[in-house]
Amino acid sequence: MIATLTSFVSELRQVGIPVSMVEAIDAAAAVEHVGLEDREALRHSLAACLVKNAHHLEAFDGAFDVFFSPLPPPGETLETTEGASVGDGGAGGGEADLDQIVAGLLGALGRSDHDSMRAIARQLVGRLAGIQPGRPVGGRYYLYRILSRLGAERLLERLLAEHPEATGLDRRLLEDEYRSRMEAFESMLQDEIRRRLVADRGREAVARTTRTQLLEDLNLSTASRAEIARMEQVIQPLARKLAARLAHRRRHLRKGRLDIRRTVRQSLSTGGLLADPQFKAPRVSKPDIVLLCDISGSVATFAHFTMQVMYAMASQFSRVRAFAFVDGVDEVTGFFTPGVDFHEAIVRLGREADVVAFDGHSDYGNVLEQFADRYGAAITPRTTLIVTGDGRTNYRPGRAPVLAELAQTARAVYWLNPEPRRFWDTGDSVMGEYAPSCNGVHEVQTLRQLETFVEGLAMAAQTHRTIVKV
Amino acid sequence: MSGFASPSEVAEALTGVQYLPDERISQVVYLAERLDKPVLVEGPAGVGKTELAKALAEIHGRRLIRLQCYEGLDESKALYEWNYRKQLLRLQADEGAEWSTVEDDIFSEDFLLERPLLEALRSPEPVVLLIDEVDRVEIETEALLLEVLADFQVSIPELGTIAASSRPLVVLTSNNTRDLSDALKRRCLFLHIGYPDIEREREILLTRVPDLPQKLAEQIAGVVRHIRDLPLRKAPSVSESIDWARTLLALGIDEVNEGVTTDTLHVLLKYQADIDKAAIELARP
Repeated sequence: MIATLTSFVSELRQVGIPVSMVEAIDAAAAVEHVGLEDREALRHSLAACLVKNAHHLEAFDGAFDVFFSPLPPPGETLETTEGASVGDGGAGGGEADLDQIVAGLLGALGRSDHDSMRAIARQLVGRLAGIQPGRPVGGRYYLYRILSRLGAERLLERLLAEHPEATGLDRRLLEDEYRSRMEAFESMLQDEIRRRLVADRGREAVARTTRTQLLEDLNLSTASRAEIARMEQVIQPLARKLAARLAHRRRHLRKGRLDIRRTVRQSLSTGGLLADPQFKAPRVSKPDIVLLCDISGSVATFAHFTMQVMYAMASQFSRVRAFAFVDGVDEVTGFFTPGVDFHEAIVRLGREADVVAFDGHSDYGNVLEQFADRYGAAITPRTTLIVTGDGRTNYRPGRAPVLAELAQTARAVYWLNPEPRRFWDTGDSVMGEYAPSCNGVHEVQTLRQLETFVEGLAMAAQTHRTIVKV
Repeated sequence: MSGFASPSEVAEALTGVQYLPDERISQVVYLAERLDKPVLVEGPAGVGKTELAKALAEIHGRRLIRLQCYEGLDESKALYEWNYRKQLLRLQADEGAEWSTVEDDIFSEDFLLERPLLEALRSPEPVVLLIDEVDRVEIETEALLLEVLADFQVSIPELGTIAASSRPLVVLTSNNTRDLSDALKRRCLFLHIGYPDIEREREILLTRVPDLPQKLAEQIAGVVRHIRDLPLRKAPSVSESIDWARTLLALGIDEVNEGVTTDTLHVLLKYQADIDKAAIELARP
């Protein structure tokens, strides 16, 4: 058991879930109390010990299923039957059979009969998945294969067709219900596929190919809209942290100045003895941040993400100003006032913000000039300027001196680039021209990198402080 | 620790005090008691994180000591404080006495003001300690909790280390407005409570609103699930769906439809933008 647990923990670490030694020991202790018979009990117990972040639970479940799934009973072979060997065309007899199975499935889904659903899942994987021994693909591939041959997208319609009387809200509620049953069935299919893969290739190998990527490791430039939307929950705390790091808080002066009036008033309760000095509440200094974000098509996905960051920061902190640009620049702070829905803000921004000056291809030179010209006053010696964009200016002049001038005034300038560092200064990228004016240029492809940047800011602020003190 | 023999016993006891746990909750609670570890409960607002602690206190027949966290919480409010007024009076009453004897005296337990953490440790009978919304304190203040959580003891410079006279059952809750430190997380078991699935929500409604007809509970759970799927700023929580059930019952409504739902949306949703969005969705043919 210890061996399985150790390799399970190392798989989790491979995925990127931080598991400390202490937590692994806790897990081992938990296993002693829980035992191995009840798989769900084991799953919840290990999760409680090993995973301390709700966003990591999905990846944990994936790995857990591989490592602790029951093996197929001996005698059942991997060799698949008729369905797979015939290929996608399918033989006539097989199709008729398939219709029968689908009819059975519809019935089972309608009754929410989990036992029949599981039996059908087992049957379908045997017939349709066409699992080839030793082939190193993830389980998803086989799942899609089954679902497409099953005509899964029409199943929902067929289920709903049995309730013609339901309309409006009732119908949508019914749809919700059937959809959740379909999801349950899909996960049964996946269980079955996984079971067979594990029997074929062993747990470690399957775990490697079925790994779920953590939210913080998704590439921001290629992530799907749905994935970006999921990041919303993570961005709030991160944006807050970023703003807090940039606020120059004076921590060593936790209490404010002595408040004489209140101290004297307080002394009455100790017979006039000034025993309990009272202090004024310290003034909390606010972060003074200007965000300048490329929202052009070439960085569209990344832009959606940076706008989430802008939204999170601008709607929470009053002294954050946000600007968006393509080849023109416009202030968008107003779109992100507190209480405004993010998605509405994006729609309005797309409609109303004046970010296209000429042809809608990014033009950093023009943007910088326009920004300095119109909004130069936004940059003061207390301002931190954060620019996000790929620095690709479509072979137009980059006008780096304008940025240098802004940097002279600003407290600090940081550039976050969604492109991998090795692509900088290739083609029309002019990062090299801008970099000298910045206090830092950072590759930000994943949330993890953004977090590293935010953490780094704290370090920089601390060293800065000590230098001032000396 | 008076323990339960199995997670299902935990579930049964919790159900007995009107808290319906899912499998994960009862499993983690069971494990926390076995391993003597604090539980860090995380999840959206209103899914019953604080309620869990209260229910635990009830099933064990223990006192609940609650430390509500907020920004600016410090040692003197969480842990202990010296009662300097009493110390001063003592000094004045004793004028002329030898300083060394007085000094020993004023830093004794008579002059110690217990705050929730210390109170929980020194309580002669075991208690349930609830540290609520721990994500609200600054990261530096979190360090205060570490000694208590790991070793169930507190070090007071003038007195030495005070160990727990009884092991409290500790529950921390967090809304995840910021990341907690690894040091804190490492010392806890982690329990994420999300929105319940439709069956559990129905059961919760039936338990919490005893007069609710079965059919209505089912419909309410269905509609709430549908609304939770919309992209809202704040999805309706369990406590809000309970409120909604009570509202519908008070209005004498026995069937949920589009009209009724639209008229009472403000019970479920707390932002105007969300209400508008849900109303549009409900009006969709």
